[in-house]
Formats: sequence, structure tokens, C-alpha cells
Amino acid sequence: MAERCAVIGVGQTHHKAKRDDVSIAGLVREAAKMALADADLTWTDIDAVVIGKAPDMFEGNMMPELYLAPALGAVGKPMFRVHTAGSVGGSTALVAAHLISSGIHKRVLTVAYEKQSDSDAMWALSVPQPFAAPLLAGAGGYFAPHIRAYMRRSGAPEYIGRMVAVKDRRNAMRNPYAHLHIADIDMKMVEESMMLWDPLRYLEACPSSDGAAAMVLSSEDALSGQYPPAWIHGMAMRSEPTMFAGRDQVNPRAGRDCSADVYAQAGITDPRRQIDVAEVYVPFSWYEPMWLENLGFCDLGDGWKLTESGATAFDGDIPWNTSGGVLSSNPIGASGMLRFLEVAMQVRGQAGEHQIGGARVALGQAYGGGSQFFSMWVVGSDKP
Amino acid sequence: MADRDDTAAAGDLGPVTTLATPIRLDFEFTPGVAQSRFLRGLERGRFIGQRCPKCGMVYVPSRGSCPTDGVPTTEDVELANVGTVTTYCVVNVPFAGQSIEIPYICAQVLLDGANISFMGLIQEIPADQIRMGMRVEAVWVDPDRLTPSLASVRYFRPNGEPDADYESFKEYL
Repeated sequence: MAERCAVIGVGQTHHKAKRDDVSIAGLVREAAKMALADADLTWTDIDAVVIGKAPDMFEGNMMPELYLAPALGAVGKPMFRVHTAGSVGGSTALVAAHLISSGIHKRVLTVAYEKQSDSDAMWALSVPQPFAAPLLAGAGGYFAPHIRAYMRRSGAPEYIGRMVAVKDRRNAMRNPYAHLHIADIDMKMVEESMMLWDPLRYLEACPSSDGAAAMVLSSEDALSGQYPPAWIHGMAMRSEPTMFAGRDQVNPRAGRDCSADVYAQAGITDPRRQIDVAEVYVPFSWYEPMWLENLGFCDLGDGWKLTESGATAFDGDIPWNTSGGVLSSNPIGASGMLRFLEVAMQVRGQAGEHQIGGARVALGQAYGGGSQFFSMWVVGSDKP
Repeated sequence: MADRDDTAAAGDLGPVTTLATPIRLDFEFTPGVAQSRFLRGLERGRFIGQRCPKCGMVYVPSRGSCPTDGVPTTEDVELANVGTVTTYCVVNVPFAGQSIEIPYICAQVLLDGANISFMGLIQEIPADQIRMGMRVEAVWVDPDRLTPSLASVRYFRPNGEPDADYESFKEYL
């Protein structure tokens, strides 16, 4: 039987378009120090460090874990780097949790980051490949055709995407760490924003952010901290090939398998009823209804109806992304970890203005690559 | 400034916040056996795919094995020069290294006879007139300029056939 594992400390930077006051080392250290303080611990209490970020080509900084070791107190300790594209923040947290659940370590610091102002992600994601025409235009260019396929398949009205864009930005007004604080956002502002990758408009896409996230994970016999622990009830990762005949890019099998696994571990048979709050990787507005279906919160084709009904809004019965989500802050490597971290904050009761009252069970999800990497955890206020 | 030493002067200027550090590298790429079949096809102005002996699916370009069955794909299949746009987006965002003028149509093209789509540029049609299901044909470079690379395909253009029925390609989305 695996050891129980809990989140006992969280930290994140104020996510911004440009943090020119700190280097990458300063950025990750800021989040890590905050997580240690939240856990009532110091650097010497940590057994190992697990770090993740998006592709090195973004900042042109090869193997940054090498030079970040001293900034994260990892000298003389095991340090691991994780890389699973956009889902990396989630899978980094899971690798760290495995070091606890396997009984190897008592306390592990896990950190994820991106300094997009130092990078050119659009360029790095659009490098010509030997076997494809040079058409790819960043992540939006990859996902927009699949969004169009979802719209056609489900018959969703086009305003659904704008509803998500407005909802998540309004949620961000409750989160002091969020990058975007657009006080007067409304459907009209989204509709009038520039068309970037038809059918996706500027305000239906995530921003480029500098930021970092950190968590301290602990075994049951090493608990500490300012708030009650967030117990991990289930964790899972899945991948699938980017291309195979019959691949469903709108509703990828890896996502369905990953959620089935994590729900089985956590005893969840009815996600909509049993999960109090979720933080789900929605970098483009339409991924909310798409992932509602993929994660089994509704039947196929009904995701947009849930969004339209207000079920995923702050005062809905399944609030999604009360922090503002990826649509409001996108330090890419950290974006997945922020989903995992935010749901830990919810079940610990430390989410402040965006806290959902009485949240006891919460789902964090991240995806990456061409919808081919998935990572998820379910955390709860009760010991599993 | 005679009363200042160099250390004080540097401190007064504040931190250096940004430093551009360009990197350039040209990579070599070894296509391997299966992808060479595809590339040699392009050199002759043809799309060559491969069929999985187990599930019968036709891959183009083939990676030499079926991702679903994990078996080698050895049977070459010559595909049509025409196909169907399954889905698309119109790219209207500029970025470093972009080689095509915006706005342009980036479509998933399912060649007749293939079981997987690939990304293709659609031209000779205004960007706002592209549709899911549109029938298109490949436009190749002049015969003396064909090379074993995708640069041999200039783009796809509407071929005038009626649109394909959604039911006929919905499994490829």
C-alpha cells in the first residue's frame, strides 16, 4: 500500500507580462520560499526537489535545472527535471508526490515556471518540421481547427467561447496573483477583440506570463504548516500518439483514460455531484466545454450546455477555474502546477476571495502537446 | 564625476533587465526507410502512403509502423492528388520566422484513400470562403523543381467538386 501524501505548503508569484525585476532563478525562488513559509519549513527540511518547465527552446536556456539547483536549495539533494509539454506543471507535481507515496522521501519541494518575456514561444512552437508544411502558428494555430471540429460536432453556438472568456477573467478579479485583471470585460469586448486564429479571438486565448508555482508535499508523519493538509486521493498521467488513424482530437482517449483512473482511485463515480471545485487547463476558451465532456462531467455533446447554464461559474454547482485559470495567467510550465496548487488551496480553505465555501473534494487537470499528455489529481480535506 | 569611483557609477545605473542572446543552429535529419518512400514520392509529384497489414489503415506520411497495432507497414499505397478539408483555421497572427503572408488558411487535408489527415495550405480562395468538407487538389512546383521534400507541394486549391458530406469525414476530426 502506498504512503499517504499531502500538500502542506503552496506558493506562487504575481504573474505578469514581464518580471524584469528578477532572473529565472529569482522567480522560482520567490515561489519556493512562499511555499516553505506556508509549510512552516526551511530549505534544510526538504529531502528532494522536482522541477518542471515547458520546452527549453522557449527561453533558449538548455537544462535550466542545472543552474537552478542552488537557488532551490537542492545542492547535496536529489533533483529531478520533468518535461511533458503544457501538462508539465501537473506531471511535475505527480512525480514529486510519487517520491512520497513510494516511501522514498518525507518532504519534497516541487516547482514549475516559465519566463515568457525572456522567450519566444510562438517561434519555438512554429519551427518548420521536415515532414510538415511550415503552417503551424503557435499553440492557437494547432488547437483552433480542433475547436472548429468541436463546434461542428456539438452544434454549440459561437458565443459559448466568449462566455468562458468572460467568466474566467471575472474570476481572475478575485485572485491577486492573476496576470490579467480586466475589470470591464464583457461579451462585446471579447467579440470585438482581434481574430487571431479564426475561430479564436485574442480575448479567447491565454496571455503570455512570467511566473512560478511551488508546493511542499509531505508524508503523513511529517505534516506541518499554516493550513490543514490537502490529501491526495488520486493521481494519474496518460499519453497518446499525436497522430494515428481514428484519433479523436476533440475528445482524446488519453484524457478519458486518465480521468477514469484518477476517479477510480478517489472513489468518484459522478464527477459533477462529487467534485466541489475544479481547476482545468483551459488555454483557449472552447476547451472548457470540450474538457467538461472529456472529464465526464456531462454526456458527449453537452459540455457547452453546462457552460451556458452557468454551472461552471463561480456561483454554479461545479465552479471551474475560480482562480481565473490559464486564460488569466499563463506561465506555461507553471500553468499545470497552478491548477494542482489552486485545488489544494481550495480544500485547505486558503483561496481567499476565490474560495468556494465548503470545498472538500477538488480536481486539478493539465494537458499538453497536441492534446497528448494528461495529468490529474484529486485532492480532499479528508484523509483518504 | 571625478569624485565617484567606478563601482558607485555602475550601481547608480540600476540592473540590466534585458539582454538579447540570439541562437542559430541548422539541424540534420535522417528520414529513415519509410519516410524516404514518402519523400521519393514527392520528388515524382506523388503522395505515397503505407497500409497497416493488421487494421488496414493507410498512413501518409508513414512512419514505418502502425501507431495502433505496433506492426511494420510495408505495403506502399499511392494516394490521389485530391482530398477533403476536414477542418481548418485562418491564421491571422504574425510571428518571427513566419514564411507565409497572413491571413492564410491552415487546413487538415484528408487525401482520398488515406485514413489520416495532414496539414496543408489552401490558396486560390479568399480566407473567408473556406469550408469544412471542401474538395481540394494539390498544386505542385514545376517538374524540374521537384525535390524529396514537402516544398514540392506549393499548396492545395479548391478543385470545383461539390463539398464532401460531413458524415464522410467526421470520423477523421
